[in-house]
Amino acid sequence: MNGVPFDLQILNALAAMLLLVSFAMLSQRRVVTLVNLLALQGALLCAATLVLAWRTGKNHLYLSAALTLGLKVVFLPWLLHRLIRRLEVYWDTEQSLNVASTMLVGLLVVVFAFGLAQPIAAIASTATRSAIGIAVAVVLLAFLTMITRSKAMSQVVGFLSMENGLFFGAMSATYGMPMIVELGVALDVLVAMLVLGVFFFQIREQFDSLDLHHLESLKEET
Amino acid sequence: MEFFFLLAMPLTGAVLLGIWGERSWAPRLNVAVSLATLLAACALTGRVIRQGDLMVAHEQFFIDPFNVFLVTLTAFVGLTTSLFSLPYMRVEREHGRVTPRRMRLYHSMYQLFMATMLLALTTNNLGLLWVSMEAATLSTVLLVTLYRTPASLEAGWKYFILCGVGIAQALFGTILLYVAAESVLGGEGVNALLWTHLNAVKGQLEPTVVGLAFVFLLVGYGTKVGLAPLHNWLPDAHAEGPTPISAVLSGLLLNVAIYAVVRCKVLVEGSLHSNLPSRMLMGFGLLSVVVAAFLLWRQRDIKRLFAYSSIEHMGIVTFAFGMGGQVANFAALLHMTVHSLTKSAIFFSVGHASQKAGSQLMDNIRGLITTNPTIGWGLMLGTLAILGMPPFGVFASEFLILTTAMQQQPWATPILLLALGVAFAAIFGRVQQMVFGETTLKRLPHSPALLPVFTHLAIVLVLGIFIPPYLADWYRQAAGLIGGGH
Repeated sequence: MNGVPFDLQILNALAAMLLLVSFAMLSQRRVVTLVNLLALQGALLCAATLVLAWRTGKNHLYLSAALTLGLKVVFLPWLLHRLIRRLEVYWDTEQSLNVASTMLVGLLVVVFAFGLAQPIAAIASTATRSAIGIAVAVVLLAFLTMITRSKAMSQVVGFLSMENGLFFGAMSATYGMPMIVELGVALDVLVAMLVLGVFFFQIREQFDSLDLHHLESLKEET
Repeated sequence: MEFFFLLAMPLTGAVLLGIWGERSWAPRLNVAVSLATLLAACALTGRVIRQGDLMVAHEQFFIDPFNVFLVTLTAFVGLTTSLFSLPYMRVEREHGRVTPRRMRLYHSMYQLFMATMLLALTTNNLGLLWVSMEAATLSTVLLVTLYRTPASLEAGWKYFILCGVGIAQALFGTILLYVAAESVLGGEGVNALLWTHLNAVKGQLEPTVVGLAFVFLLVGYGTKVGLAPLHNWLPDAHAEGPTPISAVLSGLLLNVAIYAVVRCKVLVEGSLHSNLPSRMLMGFGLLSVVVAAFLLWRQRDIKRLFAYSSIEHMGIVTFAFGMGGQVANFAALLHMTVHSLTKSAIFFSVGHASQKAGSQLMDNIRGLITTNPTIGWGLMLGTLAILGMPPFGVFASEFLILTTAMQQQPWATPILLLALGVAFAAIFGRVQQMVFGETTLKRLPHSPALLPVFTHLAIVLVLGIFIPPYLADWYRQAAGLIGGGH
């Protein structure tokens, strides 16, 4: 081997898988599968945090891995699945989505992300700084996912995936944010999803559908 | 101690009103809690004036002249808005637009919103600043959709998703800042997001990363300020929610978001040794002023009209902070104060006017001066004030900003003047018809809350004629803290 420690190799592999999952999300049309992919992304993130915690011996990383597991692998996917069942949008798929061209744009986004990450990686003192590019790519791909979707549920999954990317970025650049901030962010995400649950039912009550094309009447009057 | 009360009052209020928010005395409890918050804010201000900057709870909270003035302003407008919402929400309830359960939600979230804004203003931790800014969005999303009309749902969704994505950019910026800070502050990782610590070492931070961080922070918090081209959520959220919420969104939340941007700008400018942040602020500011001024012409809904006017004024403030320097910062702080007072006063009058007409469309609101002279005069005077007519305070601050621009950025002056002129024509023409036009409508059956309107306008008038010395000192200190300029 060329001297890369084994745990770091695992981390890099996990990072690569994160990127793959992001691409899978970008191309996935079914809402239910999107939620499963989100849970998978959360699980990968949790595993990466655990490896990093073991490697650096930082106790707060164990805590944040537990937080990731509880919130992003178990609770949020459960909540989203429940919403999907209750709202009966189980078979929802995106209608207009040109997978091939979206993928191409996605590739360009990844190249751009690595360029963006260069100066950040240059000053980061962590062993995982090579993964910063991947984190930025995950954020931007999630953003792209949100832009290309018209179903409320897929946009929310994109939003959460973006948060995962940001979290991974913070981890690979600085071994995580201070605990109080991480807790605060987790709380915000949790509350956001609960608000969203309420909100979905309100939209549904009004429109009988979660398609955002209904929500396009507030245009500028001419 | 005062500080503890400042945050505890609205939080307790949120819990209590979450339980009893539908009772008949709940609106009065809402006022009482807001009053207590204001008293705590005044006590805190007194203490900062006497003893100087204040650090609380292991440096997690930091109070200096810059944020204490915004804290007092926030608490004050919070109180007057709660007074306005007494009759306004009672009528909404009588008209059956809100159910008792929604009243509970409304009151509880109102106090929670105040608490998150006060937290955002006083925290020293840039991470907590982010958390409370996001919490401020979340607490108001369900208020924007309070009426559950299709339009309000759309507005709420836009508000949620656009501000959510925007604020995610700000989180990325915060992370980048943390990366840069950790390599300097090293071992004390926990403190590497404290603004005071960052401010002490800002000269040593890695410029490339900090510059990158600022771009993300500006886009993120700029979305909440409503800077063009990230302003799409703002008019919808202002127009579709209940009017008291429009007043606090426009008068307070935008200020808090600008505060976040300026705090970041101070750090970044010290690190970059270049005027990139200033230029970006000026660019975004100017663009917002121009875009808003021209979009004003296309509005038919009165609340959207004044929402666009808020974008315009936030653009002016951002531009002034971008110019930097003692005078421009002073003017920007003054403008934030007078804008927030005037705009909330306008929304109070607009709320009563549209409630009376049963419509927010400007074509349906006519002849306020004959049916309800006080509302009519309130709207007219408020409009004159916001358009920068002397002797109101907005005139003073805009005059200062324009003269500074002539000296420092002469190229921008004609653009600003043109935009102000366009905005004047757009707003004044509409409001004149609404106030003086012919009408067939009957007199309003209920008595409106006009005390808040005229209190605000009186303060704005006083600020335009004479700024009390201690207040001027206070602005000057804050302006000095923000620095910048050449």
